[in-house]
Amino acid sequence: MKLTRRHLLAALPALGAAGLGAGFIRMLHGLDQGHFDPRAINTPLTGQPVPDFPTLPSLPDRPGLSRGDFQTVKQPVLLSIWASWCLPCMEEIPFLHQLAASLADATAPLALWGLCYKDQPTSAARWLDRAGHPFSRLGMDQDGQAAIDWGVSGVPETFLIMPDPQVGGRIVWHGTGSLTETAYQAHILPHLERRP
Amino acid sequence: MTFLTPLFCPEGGHFALALACALAFMQGILPLIGLRHADSPLTALTRPLALSQCLALLFAWACLIIASLGDDFSLKLIAETSAINKPWAYKIAGLWGNHEGSLLLWVTLLSLWCAGLALLPGQSAARPARLPARLRARLLALLGLVGAGFQLFCLTTSNPFLRLWPVPADGMGMNPLLQDPGLAVHPPLLYGGYVGFAVPFAFAISTLLEGRADALWARYMRPWVISAWALLTLGITLGSWWSYSVLGWGGYWFWDPVENAALIPWLTGTALLHSVLVVEKRNLLQGWCLLLALTTFAFSLSGTFLVRSGILNSVHAFANDPTRGLFILGLLGLYGGGSLLLFAIRAPALPAPQTGFSPLSREGALLLNNILLCTLCAVVLTGTLYPPFMQLLFGRTLSVGKPFFDATTIPLTLPLLAVMGAGMALPWRQARTDRLLPRLAPALLITAVSILPAFWLFPTPLAASAALLALWVISAALCDLILRLHALPQGNRQLHRLPRSLWAASLAHIGVGVTILGLCGMAGSQERLIEARPGTHTTLSGRDWELTTLTARHGPNFEAVEAHLTIRQHDAHGPLLAELKPQIRLFPQQGQRTLHVAILHRPLEDLYAALGSVKEEHDPQGQSHYTAILRLHENPLASWIWLGGIIMALGGVLHLLPARQRLTRTAGTTS
Repeated sequence: MKLTRRHLLAALPALGAAGLGAGFIRMLHGLDQGHFDPRAINTPLTGQPVPDFPTLPSLPDRPGLSRGDFQTVKQPVLLSIWASWCLPCMEEIPFLHQLAASLADATAPLALWGLCYKDQPTSAARWLDRAGHPFSRLGMDQDGQAAIDWGVSGVPETFLIMPDPQVGGRIVWHGTGSLTETAYQAHILPHLERRP
Repeated sequence: MTFLTPLFCPEGGHFALALACALAFMQGILPLIGLRHADSPLTALTRPLALSQCLALLFAWACLIIASLGDDFSLKLIAETSAINKPWAYKIAGLWGNHEGSLLLWVTLLSLWCAGLALLPGQSAARPARLPARLRARLLALLGLVGAGFQLFCLTTSNPFLRLWPVPADGMGMNPLLQDPGLAVHPPLLYGGYVGFAVPFAFAISTLLEGRADALWARYMRPWVISAWALLTLGITLGSWWSYSVLGWGGYWFWDPVENAALIPWLTGTALLHSVLVVEKRNLLQGWCLLLALTTFAFSLSGTFLVRSGILNSVHAFANDPTRGLFILGLLGLYGGGSLLLFAIRAPALPAPQTGFSPLSREGALLLNNILLCTLCAVVLTGTLYPPFMQLLFGRTLSVGKPFFDATTIPLTLPLLAVMGAGMALPWRQARTDRLLPRLAPALLITAVSILPAFWLFPTPLAASAALLALWVISAALCDLILRLHALPQGNRQLHRLPRSLWAASLAHIGVGVTILGLCGMAGSQERLIEARPGTHTTLSGRDWELTTLTARHGPNFEAVEAHLTIRQHDAHGPLLAELKPQIRLFPQQGQRTLHVAILHRPLEDLYAALGSVKEEHDPQGQSHYTAILRLHENPLASWIWLGGIIMALGGVLHLLPARQRLTRTAGTTS
């Protein structure tokens, strides 16, 4: 039997399936050993520099959001990913508002920025009016491209970014779900206190 | 119930399952031995074996249902998923809302397909177009082997009849999200479709083993592809409907890995549905069509594997168990991998196409359809498997969601729609442009006239273009029907004289168009999230929505708060349009909250309200006030999405209805 191009083509599906199968076996093994957990939305970029993402416009008369902003900012940044269509985001408003009020002066130990995921500017503006404009910078990610770069899996999510002059900001913590007072004290405050 | 208990006891069901497994092995092995000889009695055993296997599994179901209705919490499955106060309908439907029960459903549906294949009248001298007896025996044998593997899996790692000791006084109750009438039909339909693709799979294996040169197998296989496809279409439609009306997120498709696991075989199944036509009419693309039949079933199996192994992060979480995963992966490797290996060895020997073909022809359009559908499938597959493989290879977790799928699937769907409209007007072999243009002109005209209204009505240029293409598909299908009707001889111009297959195809294409129009309409949905006290008015899409009252309600196994919303046209004094009563339900047994969405379906829009949460606040006088967080939607054309799915499936059903003798003759003369 002579090997022809037809033989190679016909073998491709079987080879592809074998590759997938090998991957699946490794994953099952990992699940069993506990070093593979697909459910853990664990800090996709934790310890990594701020990802490259397109410069985002904001709502009229407000500062937008770009990668450069993370290079120039002096204090740590809490970046909240939200949308006006999300119920849990509504539940975190009171805490964000309280947090923003405590950060009002320029020497505050933390900056609260927002990234609005796949939302209409009008609905976002209405939401912010109600929320009392907690964010000092806001990026409107209308096509969701920046959210992909940040590895966002849903709203709300929160990132804590520490200033790092070499790489322009480094992500040190990432949380999913509404940000609560408890989560703030348990995860975010320790990072801020560790800063000299 | 008590008098039935001795016979239909759980051990009886367990025994029936074991018996069915043994019968399935016999159904798989005996005919393969028998077929080596010309007329062996072993071959004749296949049909009774298939039927008795089916009966044994139905008996097992009867036992399980009786145990569930009688609240027999000594069964582990029932103790874990049922409770005394669960409504009786969910005591039955809830049985397939978990791993063990749904697997039993899987093998039972497979045995039902086998029984259908066994009961169908076979080939005779008078009816040469029917299935030959030897081919039937081989198909049943292959299906028996598939069933045997999964029944063994069911018996060894996921036995629904396992007992529990000590027996609890009450069960743990069922996941409240699943307590919806949709659960009764969604899994059986979806699994019916998944499993139904086992029949084309068996056809493909049998053809590869035989190495036949003619394309007769395609004709025999087609009704089976269509019926599995119709069931899968209905199953997916219902699943999407369920997520829209039950989850209360206001969406209809979330690109969840499990949704994708159903979409992938649907895409390859749709490609198979079309390529099998090319094999039947032109004897081209044989190898490709066989590969599609194999991969469609392999993808159906992979869906089963991925959901149950815990590899994918999904909302459809079954209790994950790597041992089970390894067993299913073994079965997947045996059936899926084995068949692809067989393909790699035997496909090159298939006869190469002798005739080249023109791109401007029916087969050209169908080939383009296949290329686009398979690219879509590859994209969805990539998006689904990318996160686990990224984590495996590079240790990075990330999630691929709607933005990725929107950006990749829409550019592939638009050309697909364009080809769909033109495809039905193209003749086989070679189209002539001078005849083609007049055929397409009416549909083109309708589409062109609608350009301005579409851009005015739909919110974005993308939605407007997709809606135009959907309109093009619908109008092309309708115009094609009308033109073909006119081509009939003068006295015979009645709609029922057109061939059934033409009707079916037109209906299915119209269904796709209707679904796409629904999707485009939903792109312009408006929503508001409000925090409101009773008496608050909100304006959304030119309507006044008033929250009138918040009331406490008691259900059989839940406590609820119901919001009463009044929707009026224009403003607070306008005519009454609707009253919506969304609830938020607390199931104390599971400590779980669910949203009970209220939807008013109107032909051109859905009014949709979900009650997110209720807060109690006290004013200085000590009086308490309740504030509700509500999510209100106006969803244009929403119900068209599922209406289109039903129309598509109806097209499939129409094709399967037995054609009257006279009709088939007419069909023969016109096509």
